[in-house]
Amino acid sequence: METGTSRVKRGMADMQKGGVIMDVMNAEQAKIAEDAGASAVMALERVPSDIRAAGGVARMADPTVMEEVMKVVSIPVMAKSRIGHFVEAKMLEAMGVDYIDESEVLTPADEVFHTQKDQFTVPFVCGARDLGEALRRIGEGASMIRTKGEPGTGNIVEAVRHMRMMISQIRKVQSMSKDELMTEAKNLGAPYDLILQVHESGKLPVVNFAAGGVATPADAALMMHLGSDGVFVGSGIFKSDNPEKFAKAIVEATTHYTDYDLLVKVSKDLGTPMKGIEISKLDQSERMQERGW
Amino acid sequence: MKIGVLALQGAVKEHLDMISSAGAEAVVIKTVDQCDEIDGIIIPGGESTTIGRLMKIYGFIDKLKEFSNQGKPIFGTCAGMILLAKEIVGQTENHLGLMDMKVARNAFGRQRESFEANLPIKGLESPLRAVFIRAPLIEKVSPEVEVLSEYNGKIVAAKQGHLLAASFHPELTDDFRLHSYFVNMVKQYSLVK
Repeated sequence: METGTSRVKRGMADMQKGGVIMDVMNAEQAKIAEDAGASAVMALERVPSDIRAAGGVARMADPTVMEEVMKVVSIPVMAKSRIGHFVEAKMLEAMGVDYIDESEVLTPADEVFHTQKDQFTVPFVCGARDLGEALRRIGEGASMIRTKGEPGTGNIVEAVRHMRMMISQIRKVQSMSKDELMTEAKNLGAPYDLILQVHESGKLPVVNFAAGGVATPADAALMMHLGSDGVFVGSGIFKSDNPEKFAKAIVEATTHYTDYDLLVKVSKDLGTPMKGIEISKLDQSERMQERGW
Repeated sequence: MKIGVLALQGAVKEHLDMISSAGAEAVVIKTVDQCDEIDGIIIPGGESTTIGRLMKIYGFIDKLKEFSNQGKPIFGTCAGMILLAKEIVGQTENHLGLMDMKVARNAFGRQRESFEANLPIKGLESPLRAVFIRAPLIEKVSPEVEVLSEYNGKIVAAKQGHLLAASFHPELTDDFRLHSYFVNMVKQYSLVK
């Protein structure tokens, strides 16, 4: 018997496909998310938009939050550690969290090195803006990738940019001749063996979700059309007027993203979604996607 | 011969590939009407609460009960096995309630306890590499259910007539023997039909 193999860690992400992973701040929200059909929850002290508003240093949540959430739901529970903060990650693993998000939403603990994720039994998901960044994280042991987008803005534009970038770079690598691949690995800053895998398979070696700005069922469906395997919804749900209805609508929109009649139906009377932020109004230092490399 | 994979949430593509490898035509099933075009269906791994809720909304509970009543084979893996079970530990309600067995969810622990192991299965010549991810197990079966495999004394695969269930993920390796086993079940159904 072997635990923590890459098949077991990547397989866990495969089981999330077509699903919605929702940010929750307490047991009550976790239950609402589970009942609405979330495929997993991300246990946090504050959702990204509140972290953004509060400013200061954002760290791993109080263990009580994760423990409380793990007690009430039967679906997987994820939690965030700071980039490069392997002690926070080890603590999350010790608590029994099912997936760790080494996340740019928290203030990075290391500006040079990310956590060496292949040393863990628990799998990791990491954010990426392009193929090079995704493959660097996979090289370190990430078992799942998500777009960085721009968290806590309720603005889908950055997630779209990142997903389109990854997909177009994958297509390019796939169509290159083999003797061009080393140079492409150098240009993208990606491990050669992973570039070779992408060239041969025409896809990322792990599941790729959308995150960072999904605020409506239509946003979720858009990301699925662009090639996402599923979506993370952060501030969108519990910052909306009617979280329960909103959560259900996003779940249905993700499953049936090509059924426009259904999208219309679930989008009706949802109340006001979270107030968004125009990306150009953000100061460079406020852009969470710039964290990590 | 067409075999569908229920595509509401979970690992759908892996099953489609395995069905093709096993020599049958694989079909993505998103709506109940599509069930009339297939001879067998796989309910994949994913989150049973998510898939169960979506099945209820879109009418798959009644449709798949009818599908089963016609003798058409159904194969449930991991979450799919939970959805097939008559009894679920700690829950008063079941989903499809088709197989006479009692299952326990997340029976091996959390993700860090997920594992892979070589598993002997009745009907397969040599062990299958089985991937268990936050896997359920079968606590109890009625006499009508045939136990196909046990891991450390716990039931992890079973068959009841045209219904097949596995705790683990046969779709996550390259070994498609269990899928071939299911394809044969569907073939037998097609012959008597």
